[in-house]
Amino acid sequence: MAVTTMIGARIHRREDPRLVSGHGRFIDDMTRPHMAFMTVVRSPYAHAKIRSIDASEAKKAPGVHAVYTYADFKDHITGGVPVTAAFVAEKKYVPNQFPIAHDEVVYQGEPVAVVLANESGQAADAALLVKVDYEPLAAVMDIEKAMEKGSPTVHLGAPDNIGWDLTYSPDSPEAFKEAEVVVKERILQQRLFPIAMEGRGVVAEYDGYDKHLTLWTSTQIPHFVRLFVGTACGLAESQVRVIAGPDVGGGFGSKIRPYVEEYLAVIASKLSSRPVKWIEGRSENLVATTHGRGQIFDIEVGAKKDGTLVALKVTQYIDLGGYQGVFGAFQAVACLLSGGAYRWKHIAARTVGVLTNKTSTDPYRGAGRPEATHLVERAIDLVAREVGMDPVELRRKNFATEFPFTNNFGLVYDSGNYGGTLDKALELANYKDLRREQEALRKQGRYLGIGLSTWIEICGLGPSAATAPAAGVALVESSQVRIHPTGGVSVYVGTHSHGQSHDTTFAQIVADTLGVPYDSIEMHHGDTAEGPAMGYGTYGSRSLAVGGMSIRMSCLKVVDKAKKLAAHILEADEADVVFDQGRFHVKGSPEKAKALGEIAFASYGAGLPEGMEQGLEAVSYFDPPNFTWPFGAHICVVEVDPETGAVDMRKYIAVDDCGNVINPMVVEGQLHGGIVQGIAQALFEEVVYDDESGQLRTGTLTDYLVPTANEIPELVLASTVTPSPSNALGVKGIGEAGTIASSAAVINAICDALAPFGIKHVDMPASPDRLWKQIQQAREHSNGERGARK
Amino acid sequence: MKHKVATTVNGSKHEHEVEPRLLLVHYLRDVLGLTGTHIGCDTSQCGACTILVDGKAVKSCTMFAVQAEGRSLTTIEGMAKDGELHPLQQAFWDEHGLQCGYCTPGFIMAAAYLLDQNPNPTEDEIRRGLEGNLCRCTGYVNIVKSVQAAAKTMGGAHAKPAESQSAVRGS
Amino acid sequence: MIPAAFEYARASSVEEAAKLLNKFGEDAKVLAGGHSLIPLMRLRLAQPKALVDINGIKGLDQIKEQGSKLHIGALTRHVAIQNSAVVKDKLPILAEVAGEVGDNQVRNMGTIGGVVAHADAAGDYPTIALMLDAEIVTNKRTIAAKDFFKDLFTTPLAADEIVTEVVFPVANGPHKYIKFRRRLFDWAIVGAAAQKMNGGWRIGLTNVGPIPVRAKAVEDALHKGAKPEEAAQHASDGLNPSGDLRASPEYKKHLARVLVKRAIEQAQ
Repeated sequence: MAVTTMIGARIHRREDPRLVSGHGRFIDDMTRPHMAFMTVVRSPYAHAKIRSIDASEAKKAPGVHAVYTYADFKDHITGGVPVTAAFVAEKKYVPNQFPIAHDEVVYQGEPVAVVLANESGQAADAALLVKVDYEPLAAVMDIEKAMEKGSPTVHLGAPDNIGWDLTYSPDSPEAFKEAEVVVKERILQQRLFPIAMEGRGVVAEYDGYDKHLTLWTSTQIPHFVRLFVGTACGLAESQVRVIAGPDVGGGFGSKIRPYVEEYLAVIASKLSSRPVKWIEGRSENLVATTHGRGQIFDIEVGAKKDGTLVALKVTQYIDLGGYQGVFGAFQAVACLLSGGAYRWKHIAARTVGVLTNKTSTDPYRGAGRPEATHLVERAIDLVAREVGMDPVELRRKNFATEFPFTNNFGLVYDSGNYGGTLDKALELANYKDLRREQEALRKQGRYLGIGLSTWIEICGLGPSAATAPAAGVALVESSQVRIHPTGGVSVYVGTHSHGQSHDTTFAQIVADTLGVPYDSIEMHHGDTAEGPAMGYGTYGSRSLAVGGMSIRMSCLKVVDKAKKLAAHILEADEADVVFDQGRFHVKGSPEKAKALGEIAFASYGAGLPEGMEQGLEAVSYFDPPNFTWPFGAHICVVEVDPETGAVDMRKYIAVDDCGNVINPMVVEGQLHGGIVQGIAQALFEEVVYDDESGQLRTGTLTDYLVPTANEIPELVLASTVTPSPSNALGVKGIGEAGTIASSAAVINAICDALAPFGIKHVDMPASPDRLWKQIQQAREHSNGERGARK
Repeated sequence: MKHKVATTVNGSKHEHEVEPRLLLVHYLRDVLGLTGTHIGCDTSQCGACTILVDGKAVKSCTMFAVQAEGRSLTTIEGMAKDGELHPLQQAFWDEHGLQCGYCTPGFIMAAAYLLDQNPNPTEDEIRRGLEGNLCRCTGYVNIVKSVQAAAKTMGGAHAKPAESQSAVRGS
Repeated sequence: MIPAAFEYARASSVEEAAKLLNKFGEDAKVLAGGHSLIPLMRLRLAQPKALVDINGIKGLDQIKEQGSKLHIGALTRHVAIQNSAVVKDKLPILAEVAGEVGDNQVRNMGTIGGVVAHADAAGDYPTIALMLDAEIVTNKRTIAAKDFFKDLFTTPLAADEIVTEVVFPVANGPHKYIKFRRRLFDWAIVGAAAQKMNGGWRIGLTNVGPIPVRAKAVEDALHKGAKPEEAAQHASDGLNPSGDLRASPEYKKHLARVLVKRAIEQAQ
């Protein structure tokens, strides 16, 4: 039995020396001989016909190798960008997205031509010389208008703008019969830019002789890029090598799909017989990379006067953009998790996907689960106010407490202790004192607010039965563990790390499972030429629960073979051989031991047992039996200045449970970053389009407010550990949890602060001008009421 | 028309003929091959491109290479000395001040300037000093810790006690 | 993005700079700190045919007190103004304003001459200059601040005219500049400045119109003995701000009143 020394250890990362020294290898650091630079000419219109493209001047510009348009690409790319079923199996209308526009553009930023030149400046100059004759068309920008009968269509000739309309469980008048109070609210989930600090980029090198493609790309899913981009470009997966990065500067869900520029760069390389590099600038990234959220929720909540939750009705409208995102329907999971941590008699849920003339929406940290948490945590607070109950008590009264817990949609929560994290958070926050302080400050005309978010989430995608229909392939995870003759260990895993520290944490798992020195382990990920035939990438907080488990599985296969060989070498029965801390010995004779390294060397020699081949390595595909279900309780404390609408965040407390922890330092870092992104949505960030012109108004980081270190409150973290019964490591996921929880905590706090004004709900971002206006309107309303009563 | 630009970068002299429009960050990355300085935006917000010009923190994306004529530049590649990490680099490593690592060189250079100007910063002063740098992964918590740790190591002997930082608001 | 190509010349004196600007004509621009110009060039919103780099001109970054005036050379960087013992002593509000421009990296490069010449409505120095009756000195003439800021990005500067210094009155009485913004390094959504001098108040507003505003009505009310809150109600008199992503016109007018009140109350 191995003594656990590395799992759970707060060790610092092996990735860091090169990264702190400026020796990371991000996509823009990659150069290839005779490389051409590609610039994409993009539509400035949200919706337009392309009448003609005149590239003659551009082609003659200095250093220009070629200008390509649809005509050049059409015979080299089959089909278009894939759209997965995700959580909506049947869709009504899925417009095909060919990687470059033909005669119609349906979003600002859609590619219409590409320029290849010797230098990036030359490509940028020439791109401006490409003359495109557009005929602007009506731009469909508002999803409610887009749903109206007779609305102009996002795509010419389409029947309407409805991508899907799916009812998970129908509404029932019976459901609300028991409800003594009913609260209705509309909740907005504004569009967001994911803003990974590194934008996207591609270096494509197509070898026409060997029919091999090497594609470096800033992606979270190298194997899926190989699958989709390679096959669409006429290559078998065996002819394509995709390298993620090698280093990728963040993703947050914005790099988990094949992108049009990948297809275009591959074919541009094929046509030009040169390696082709494309790197997006930030303003380009804001239109060319997918957006997050972009939803409207209408909720109706029914409860008893004693606070018992009865029924919930949720209608979700997703702003899809001009084309459905590859995982655009993933966010419909918000419906399936709309019940949150609570027991409900009935939940009715319907999801509608609506096309608009904008960039596609796709997953962004949390992908549907922040939306679910936000709506249900808001619902709880609205009900609490309606029935006059402390929102803490209302939560406690309705928590699911018996696990496994099957929710209203048949999803099984593996383990939980919602009261436990809530208790700890309340203690850390000094909740009772805060309420007293709130009272005292109100008397001084100051508005303190306390907001809770007792979140749950579904991660660790995922069991094959559920994921194969949703994604086309089962989202299991693969790994390969190899022990070399002289004892070094090479590990390959199909997930990818772009900030999540897998090089360190997975090596911690291997060290413990194999009992080998941590420094003897080399971790590999992100290169499809290495490791098993298929890998599945990193998203949905899956890497540890699925990838880590796959690695463990491969390690155990290796130990199993080694044990057989050790028994042979030690001349004992396999049943009498013990494997402990990296050594094999015969039961009762611990001094007669062989280290795993010695067995490894022996495995490459002669004299192996009958039927055993040389070598010591294994491949595994781990199919998790269930998703995993982390949870926690966050508390946000704010003070709102009613004169300016400014929100001062005083404190933020997070108590989270992700099961067993491999490296607490890494978990905390993920929570810090995740919480801040949720705070950023609650208070700062918003993608704004001009509905009239269809133009993106937040076109640079000047207008899109990513917070700095000065806009963040003190974050206090604590944890509980409720192991997952779903896997032998007992782990869940934590990468998105912070974001899933935090926006609700912040908005609940603001609504709590503004309750004396009669304000029930506040939408995101709760910017000062919006809050001030709401406070003004509430004051006028109450003055009016007082006036009427006179 | 190309212009000559002669600089000292991380202690080494360089001379090149460049187009005036070549941004300093592109000169460092594409001409000198020093790719540790990164580009994260195009409106001088994110600070990933921060380097030191004559010891002052500057966003190298907002300077033309020709403006660096005769100057002494320090990039992230010049921070380690004789194979030993600079205390800031070590501190970021020790305190988990980075995740994807893309913004890190810019933060380290900005922090180097901050500590040069103020060897004993309070937490608030650290956050203010890093206002020109954006990070998406860390939520800034461990970046602040990293700078505090480096300040201690670098001999800020009387480190001020940690104050709970006050977020800046309008009033 | 990569800027469009341009010609480049370094000037070693103001005269040479003026000559070069004349030579290149209307499409030439002065390059000082570059932190207003270069971001525009990277987005190709500005495509000057030539840049005249004045950073090498000696003597344009002096800070000098002469009589009751403070002379600040046009090439003085924000960080120098922020840290200047002379400015902190003689016109502390300017040092505080300088310390709030952008971030450390921007402050190391940006210049007062550049901000003033660029005349962005959200610039902070123009408000102080206007409010205190500063003078903008160029290689051709001296222009009173009230005649300098004509419209958004519009000043009377000729194509070959360069700001050489900005001259402020000395004023080290109670003062406060409140720069209301979302993130620490942002432009002001609305800024309010209050400076007590010569027995009365000077009140200025940033970003409530295309040019800075001196809130004379507030100054007069204070002079007549009104309390800060009362006087501050006049801060929005005559204002017709345009709305933008951060604020509606109504909110800007409201902020003007609130921030002016607070600036007066908090002036030290």
